[in-house]
Amino acid sequence: MDLYGELILEHYKHPLNKGVLKKPTYSRREANPVCGDVVTIQLLVEKNVVKDVKFEGEGCALSIASASILTDFIKGKTVKEIKSLTDEALVEMLGISVGAVRIKCVLLPLKAIKNALG
Amino acid sequence: MIDTKKDFPIFKNNPNLIYLDNAATTQKPSSVLDAERDFYENHYSNVHRGVYQLSQEATELYENARESIAEFLNASPEEIIFTRNATESINLVANILPVSKNDKIVSTLMNHHSNFVPWQLLSQKTKAKIEYLSLSESAELDVEDFNKLKNATVFAFTHASNATGVITPAKQLIEQAKDAGALTVIDAAQSAPHLPIDVKKLDCDFLALSGHKMLGPTGIGVLYGKKELLQELPPFLTGGDMIREVTIQETTWNDLPYKYEAGTPNISGAIGLAEAVRYLQRIGFDELLAHERDLTSYAHKILPNYVDVYGPAPSKKLGILSFNVQGVHAHDVASILDSKNIAIRSGHHCTQPLLNALGLTSTCRASFYVYNNKREVQSFVDALELSHKTLVK
Ligand SMILES: Cc1ncc(COP(=O)(O)O)c(C=O)c1O
Repeated sequence: MDLYGELILEHYKHPLNKGVLKKPTYSRREANPVCGDVVTIQLLVEKNVVKDVKFEGEGCALSIASASILTDFIKGKTVKEIKSLTDEALVEMLGISVGAVRIKCVLLPLKAIKNALG
Repeated sequence: MIDTKKDFPIFKNNPNLIYLDNAATTQKPSSVLDAERDFYENHYSNVHRGVYQLSQEATELYENARESIAEFLNASPEEIIFTRNATESINLVANILPVSKNDKIVSTLMNHHSNFVPWQLLSQKTKAKIEYLSLSESAELDVEDFNKLKNATVFAFTHASNATGVITPAKQLIEQAKDAGALTVIDAAQSAPHLPIDVKKLDCDFLALSGHKMLGPTGIGVLYGKKELLQELPPFLTGGDMIREVTIQETTWNDLPYKYEAGTPNISGAIGLAEAVRYLQRIGFDELLAHERDLTSYAHKILPNYVDVYGPAPSKKLGILSFNVQGVHAHDVASILDSKNIAIRSGHHCTQPLLNALGLTSTCRASFYVYNNKREVQSFVDALELSHKTLVK
């Protein structure tokens, strides 16, 4: 079963960075048009560097695992680095091969983060 | 037990496929594919235009298809308009009805978006009032709400729900709407593939269906409309075929049903759909529904207790199972089933108002048809167990 390997299941069952920030610099809610799932991302940015990030939302295992892995990855990165992160790079981080419909679940958190950063 | 898998080439080419997404679209029997191929290889040309032999053959095949559909619905051929799909059929009606601000449209929370959004838009455009019949706990139309039909001028509802399989009391609803003087529009996209439909008995004014959901090709749908109404109402799309005479000053309209078929139609689609109807009639709708209910009851019986099923008992619905595996997202269930070659649908099924009313955002849906069998239902349930084992925290 390609999609639900150890990495995805671990991050789905024990997601990192779940919750809310007290004083986020940016906050963004994004909905998946396929299923109506929603993710909210909050970012604390200082001097163009992401100091902290949290996410909230109910979703499928792919979107939760993606949000967990992605939020972990962007901590300490510059806004510019994050903006240049490609869809393919995220999919590679997750280590899965995913079809045209489920890719929307995977990319939802990235879309939210990029839109939050403007 | 009917065994029809051999009639469907897709299963020969995908021997492990367990296809349980029949409410979305159905597979095609060889007879339908052959009919389309025969048309293209032996009789292809445009219809209603050439005086030459080939065009006459094409016209005859197309019009014969219309007659078959008319017979199937107990209508007359001039009341059968070929469209792209049920969505286009409903939009056509919503665009020709003379609705204004003193009117009252009644829709339902069960309606598919294709029979929901056009009326919402029409009400916004015309300032006509719009009200919705709500749902009971078992996702049936709430009988208490039927009095909203008082003073209705248009009533657009669903014969059978694609999200839950619920069959509505169409005859009773149409009678009540008629008493109020309303025009009735019934979405038969889900019912026509499984139930015999008689527009005279129903006494509906308009009825919409999609060919691809009943073993027919994609891109062909039907709108039935009562002749007296279609004669009076204005056209929708305009252009070739639908005119009688065009001058710089004015244009007059062709006879029914051509007045509503602008441009070159989906000729092969109509021919394929007529063949699909013949296939269904050979099996027989009683036999078909019994087979589907048999599978649905079996599924209900063997489902594990961590599966929540929405909607009424199998005897009150089509062969549709709308459910969630507790603690597992619908998309994850569908992906795990996919890894076992089982195709089901997950999401909101283009019925967000319905799911909202039930307090849900998405469900899984398995829907059975003529080629499914009990062994497949068993594999489906086994895969649900796998999804639970893999993903429950
Ligand atoms: C109840 C119902 N109405 C209308 C439609 C729309 O059908 P189509 O997409 O073929 O126009 C569907 C299909 O999903 C349906 O299930």
